[in-house]
Amino acid sequence: MQPAFGEISVSDFFYRHRELAGFSNPSRATYMIIREAVENSLDACEEAGVLPSVKVLLNSVERGVYYLRVEDNGFGVPPSEVPFAFGKFLYGSKFGVKQRRGIFGLGISMALLYSQVTSGKPASVTVSNGREIFEIKLRIDIERNMPVVEGRKRLMNKDGWHGSIVELYFKGDYPRAEEKILNYFRLTSIASPHAEVTFTDPSGNVHVFKRSVERIPSLPIEVLPHPHGVDAEMLRRLLKRNEGKSLLSFMVKSFQKVGYATAKKFLESAGFSPHQPTSTLTNDDVLELLEAMKSYDFPSPDARCLSPIGEDALREAIINVFEPEFVAACQRPPAVYLGHPFIVEAAVAYGCKGVEGELALFRFANRIPLLYDMHSDVSMSVLKRFNWGSYLPVRPQAMGVFTHICSTRIPFKTAGKECVADTPEIEREIELALKECCRRLKTYLTGKVSGDEWGRKFNAYRKYLPKIAKFAAELAGRKEAPNIALVLEQISGGKKSERGLA
Amino acid sequence: MKEVLLKLSSLGEDICAQLERGELPFIDIPSRTTSNIVYDEKEGRFILGGAKTRRNVSNVKHLRSFTQTVWVAWMAKRLIEERRSATLRDLYYMAEAYGVKFKNQQESDSIVTDLEVLLGVPREQLRIFPEERATIYGDLTIRYNLPGYENTKFNLTASPDGIAIGPALAEAEFQDCGAERVIMVESGGMFTRLIEEKGHEKFRALLIHTAGQAPRLARRLAYRLREELGLPIYVFTDGDPWGAHIAMVVISGSANAAHVDNAVIPDARWIGVLPTDIDEYKLPYEKFNEKDWKRLNDLMADPRYQSPFWRGQLKKFEEEGKKSEQQALSIYGLNYVTEKYLPEKLA
Repeated sequence: MQPAFGEISVSDFFYRHRELAGFSNPSRATYMIIREAVENSLDACEEAGVLPSVKVLLNSVERGVYYLRVEDNGFGVPPSEVPFAFGKFLYGSKFGVKQRRGIFGLGISMALLYSQVTSGKPASVTVSNGREIFEIKLRIDIERNMPVVEGRKRLMNKDGWHGSIVELYFKGDYPRAEEKILNYFRLTSIASPHAEVTFTDPSGNVHVFKRSVERIPSLPIEVLPHPHGVDAEMLRRLLKRNEGKSLLSFMVKSFQKVGYATAKKFLESAGFSPHQPTSTLTNDDVLELLEAMKSYDFPSPDARCLSPIGEDALREAIINVFEPEFVAACQRPPAVYLGHPFIVEAAVAYGCKGVEGELALFRFANRIPLLYDMHSDVSMSVLKRFNWGSYLPVRPQAMGVFTHICSTRIPFKTAGKECVADTPEIEREIELALKECCRRLKTYLTGKVSGDEWGRKFNAYRKYLPKIAKFAAELAGRKEAPNIALVLEQISGGKKSERGLA
Repeated sequence: MKEVLLKLSSLGEDICAQLERGELPFIDIPSRTTSNIVYDEKEGRFILGGAKTRRNVSNVKHLRSFTQTVWVAWMAKRLIEERRSATLRDLYYMAEAYGVKFKNQQESDSIVTDLEVLLGVPREQLRIFPEERATIYGDLTIRYNLPGYENTKFNLTASPDGIAIGPALAEAEFQDCGAERVIMVESGGMFTRLIEEKGHEKFRALLIHTAGQAPRLARRLAYRLREELGLPIYVFTDGDPWGAHIAMVVISGSANAAHVDNAVIPDARWIGVLPTDIDEYKLPYEKFNEKDWKRLNDLMADPRYQSPFWRGQLKKFEEEGKKSEQQALSIYGLNYVTEKYLPEKLA
């Protein structure tokens, strides 16, 4: 007899709960599947050290079924690794941390899964090993979480092509998703200003999103976890990995920013012997160690695992996309919440094309644009109470406000990766970044308002006062016009005192 | 003219003195906003109240209009001294050559009015005139006061088309007059008809063709004929609210020129076509259109129309909603107006 309860695979779990990964309805799924494929390509190119050029083609095949083709210019994965890289849900077995675009590390597999369950057709992945091109037809055995190769084509690579091509069929709803998808591309060219994306929509319109910088950002470095950033489960796993070692050695090898001196000082203050073997810790000891780690004052986490956009690149990208009159960008120094390092970047662009009304908020997390659930996002909470009047000499007008949070762990509110939870440390950094942007914007605006206006005023006086003097003198029958030097001097003095001029 | 030149000179002196003291100059101009236009019951016309507007150079927004005002004054001085004249349109175009630009003629016209109010001098005395001209015909011999024309005398019957009332004629010396009254006529057709039918002889009248609303020079000339020769003034217009207002402006002056009107003729009379005439003479008529009704409503709210005569006329318009042109009188023959209508009206 079959047992009532069975084990399910990761792929089976996501098959049953695909809304957790954002595939909740046809229009949202259309957006998600494009996004996962594009991000997979961007990651591949960056890791290969290539400036990404991604070509996206979406075709409507029959009622509700679409064909998606995403091609990039990276080096792809080796042909032999394609089945596992695309057709199996992998979870991170490593303990190292660094900033990643996805949080599940399963984005492209999720896209394949959704494609397969809605269209019934296998996916196709094309890569090259240099000499040959391989086109691999692939399906996921969802129950077993295993890739099934259904076909393989080999071609000679005469033109030296490199990259990867993913082709999928899926059920979706492009008309409803169009606005989000175009927005996603537009904002992706801000979050990844070094990338160029070309999108051909189902009507055949070609949208080109040009790159605005020619530099590849430095890749984040994978680092050990920070002692403040682990939980009981993770600590137990780390201990298990270091069975037989002393606590001192465990601390130094498992965590960043912990040297022998720091480890010794910490263990003694927590009442553990540095030489105690990890295997002798009881369950209670582990919890006690965790508490001690949380309260001990370790040096701040390493931020080399983060890859912020950078002030210059952010500014250039915003200028490229929104053509604002002026843009101020600010990158905050690294900060920490619950042991996770994070960096907040913000930009305030004045007079943006395509921004209607006073202002619009654009959010990014780990170089991904966040398009849903804006009103419950941490950036929105900051914005709601932000008093523009006290920082700017004018009312916001067509103002674009951009926030980018990058972290080894973004505190998303929901599994859909769309909305960042209110976290006091992050809120504070966003606020400080916005204030700094405002300071820079204010310098510009003040110069514009008083500088230009003052110049115009003074020029008007220089133009008209001599005429007044001349006409008045001739009216009075005088031979010479009165000297207006005194009056002009008074006007230019009035600039500082703000007197004498209305 | 001396008086005007003195006023211009002291305006210039005042501005120079302010500049020399290191002050940004200003001038106070009597306000022309409607709230400062008041009806003077005694004089029977509109005059400006006491409110003033300060045009102050220390406000950069006033800088341009201040310069324009001083320039117009400067130009007026030259026109007077050189015994020349300019039309309002000339002035608008001339300004650019002096680096004082006007946005449009409306702006320059308005500055001229400012200067009239500021100096208390009508623009004709500043040698600035409007473009449009009325014409006059009849037995009046005039002599010009103009250099080069001192000995030019002539009779206003010289041309069958009438003589244009320009600045020279408006201030010409009256030498000899065979007329006993003045009839101001709205339409050109009626003016010609009256000349052809020898209306000027029959009624011993000077005929003035106003061509719509009477220009100030025409009113000025009529005023002088009333004042200097004691001729009564009659106004003969179409029988509609617009015609009524032509007569009213002759009688009590225009609201725009409340400040300097030297041409108000309180005892001028509107003789027709009156709304009551339409029934009485069984004239062909048209029904009021929307614009007519609106104009009538404006007039009914105007303080100038409060006398029993005017109330009565407007009320008749309101009751009947009928209008008739002067030409409607021709229905009974070309000479009907001279043989029947006007004799009754002037009786």
